[in-house]
Amino acid sequence: MINQLGNYSLYIALLISIFIISKASLSLRKLSITLSGNIFSLISVQSIMVIISFLTLIYAFVTSDFSNETVYNNSHTTKPLFYKISGTWGNHEGSLLLWLLVLTIFLFIFTVESKNLSQRYRTLTLFFQQIIIFGFLLFILFTSNPFSNLFPIPNEGTGLNPILQDPALAIHPPILYLGYVGTSIIFSSALAAIISGSINKSWASHIKKWVLVSWVFLSIGILLGSIWAYYELGWGGFWFWDPVENVSLMPWICLTALLHTIFTLEKRDIFHSWAVILSITTFSLSMSGTFLVRSGILNSIHIFANDPSRGVFILCFLFILIFLSILIYFFYQKTIKENLTKPYLISKETAVLLNNLFMMFFLSVVLIGTVYPIFLEVINNEKISIGPPFYHKLLIPFLIPFLFFMAIGPNIKWINGKIGKINFTQVSIFIISIIVSYFFVKKYGVSYLLSLPLFILSIFLFFITIKDFFGKKVNISQKISHFGFSLLILSILLNGVLSKEFSSNMKVGDERKFLNKTIKFESIKVIKEQNYQSLIGEFNIKDENNSLSLKPELRIYDQPQTITSEADISSTIFSDNFLVFNVLKNDGFYNVRYQIKPFMIWIWISVILISFGGLISLKKKNV
Amino acid sequence: MYGKKVKLRILFISLLLVSVILSIFLILKSLEEDVVYFFSPTEIKSLTEINKKKIRIGGMVKENSIVIDSENINFIITDFKNEINISYSGSVPNLFEEGKGVVAEGFLKDNSFLIAEKILAKHDENYMPPEVAESLKDK
Repeated sequence: MINQLGNYSLYIALLISIFIISKASLSLRKLSITLSGNIFSLISVQSIMVIISFLTLIYAFVTSDFSNETVYNNSHTTKPLFYKISGTWGNHEGSLLLWLLVLTIFLFIFTVESKNLSQRYRTLTLFFQQIIIFGFLLFILFTSNPFSNLFPIPNEGTGLNPILQDPALAIHPPILYLGYVGTSIIFSSALAAIISGSINKSWASHIKKWVLVSWVFLSIGILLGSIWAYYELGWGGFWFWDPVENVSLMPWICLTALLHTIFTLEKRDIFHSWAVILSITTFSLSMSGTFLVRSGILNSIHIFANDPSRGVFILCFLFILIFLSILIYFFYQKTIKENLTKPYLISKETAVLLNNLFMMFFLSVVLIGTVYPIFLEVINNEKISIGPPFYHKLLIPFLIPFLFFMAIGPNIKWINGKIGKINFTQVSIFIISIIVSYFFVKKYGVSYLLSLPLFILSIFLFFITIKDFFGKKVNISQKISHFGFSLLILSILLNGVLSKEFSSNMKVGDERKFLNKTIKFESIKVIKEQNYQSLIGEFNIKDENNSLSLKPELRIYDQPQTITSEADISSTIFSDNFLVFNVLKNDGFYNVRYQIKPFMIWIWISVILISFGGLISLKKKNV
Repeated sequence: MYGKKVKLRILFISLLLVSVILSIFLILKSLEEDVVYFFSPTEIKSLTEINKKKIRIGGMVKENSIVIDSENINFIITDFKNEINISYSGSVPNLFEEGKGVVAEGFLKDNSFLIAEKILAKHDENYMPPEVAESLKDK
């Protein structure tokens, strides 16, 4: 019964969407530039409708209403309440409804917070945003309706993939979607601004907030996914260059570039066209991310159902949007008034430009690495995979100059900087960095050719950003983010170089030697939990000074029948001890993997710092 | 001569062009080197020469073929036409089982033996890698 409520409210939302689009296009044609209060209330009603349908779905999941097909396919009565709720967006239909929910809520917030901006700009943004909402509504209602009924009503559901039953992954999609969908507002608003000829400083300072918000959410969303992959997938890494990860990294890179461009646009009134192009690209990347993940093209755990018609729909919708935006860009491009003041080679503008160039390079590497295998398979049915070596080889050499410019760039003045001024302290810091890294590399005997310059420059950036905290007129948010980035690179580097790994097949009671440690498989015990059985292994890791006990877990879920491994990780600020074990064929052997991962925790902390910088920047009225 | 602005523009555009060309070249070159191709056991058998590149083999783990000692895991990947012996030392995913789909990544020693560096299986009891499903379909 209640199921239908959700369904009908979506149809009402669809009608409202059609009405607003036609009304907006009429009022735009007549150039009568009033956004009537009427439309505002319509948007509120639309948001409420979508909220209602989302709540209905949550309700269906919580009460395990198996007359709903989505619930039947993805839930089970024995599941803990928390995962019943998170199961709402842990599947294809529900996650799209979440997309839609965020879309409408963001539009509502936009209409409220842009009250004192030009009516024409607001109406246009609203118009484009409604087109996106309309598309998603069609998509949900006709290809992936979360409210389809099942008859006869089954007694029990099939359960949520146990690997998704995890706190980090439960909140990962909503956070990530806030980031993704935030880019839709940027997209609509960029198109609106270009049509109304208002790509200028004030547009930049308005849209900057949205860029920051999406950027912060996207960063945190990626972080959550990465933490989850670290302890749940049992490979002990935090980034695998898996297509699904890349798909979220690409909009992030683009958004980062846009962030820098928008700041420059706000301050210096340049890069108008570029900002528009980036806005369009970022949203297209977010959309294609959804397309690639949802269509089942990418072969990964994120695929819940493979249904080609869904893929085709998103693909068409994506093409229409991109085509439309390119068309608008070329038609209205002349409204952009580029500020043609004399450019200087040594200036912050150049630094931002360089940042953007590097970002575009990183973006194209990730894009090609992600898309190339798909194309090759479509074209000549060859199956390939592209692994980390490809990305490392292409990204690392370019990271070196990138870090260098990142260190000196922010200290150059706007308009016309001078080289003479930046010299002394920076050069001395540079020399210190060389010395530090030389000793480091020598001590640990790192053989990789590029690691020395990479070390030098990340340490250089690290010191410079620390030094800059004590300068006068510090742009604190930028410093925090840049410092976070240097910390990120540094900890990834140290982590990569100093990680140690050991794996073996062990029986209970076995002992193995690794480095100066002894790893002992003490015991195993079985515990019955709500919807799984838990095998807890006890391992003892001893060296001369101390002993550490780790208790990794194997969970055997009944519904659906799956085994997952929960690594046990003991973190200190210097290093993580990571231990995970798997069942092998039934002759008593367990496959044990023990890893020492130095500075792991700093990778997470640095990403939090990076996003925190963005948050602070949002708080400040004027950056 | 040209003004400073024009010069800067020209410099900028040529820099841009050079970097675009350079990056395309680099990307294509690394693609050539670092791509890992996927084969079925039957395709491996028909290879005329064994090269040193890393490859992936996909198929089913043959029943009763897993042999474990404290160091290694040996098993056979089959597509029900041909079989490849795999030797592996390292950790395996939970769904690595006899009669289930698997992908092994590593280096070929000869037409029937692969030293694996990585074993992949997916996190779903019904899952079969699409490649495997396809190579089984042909039989």
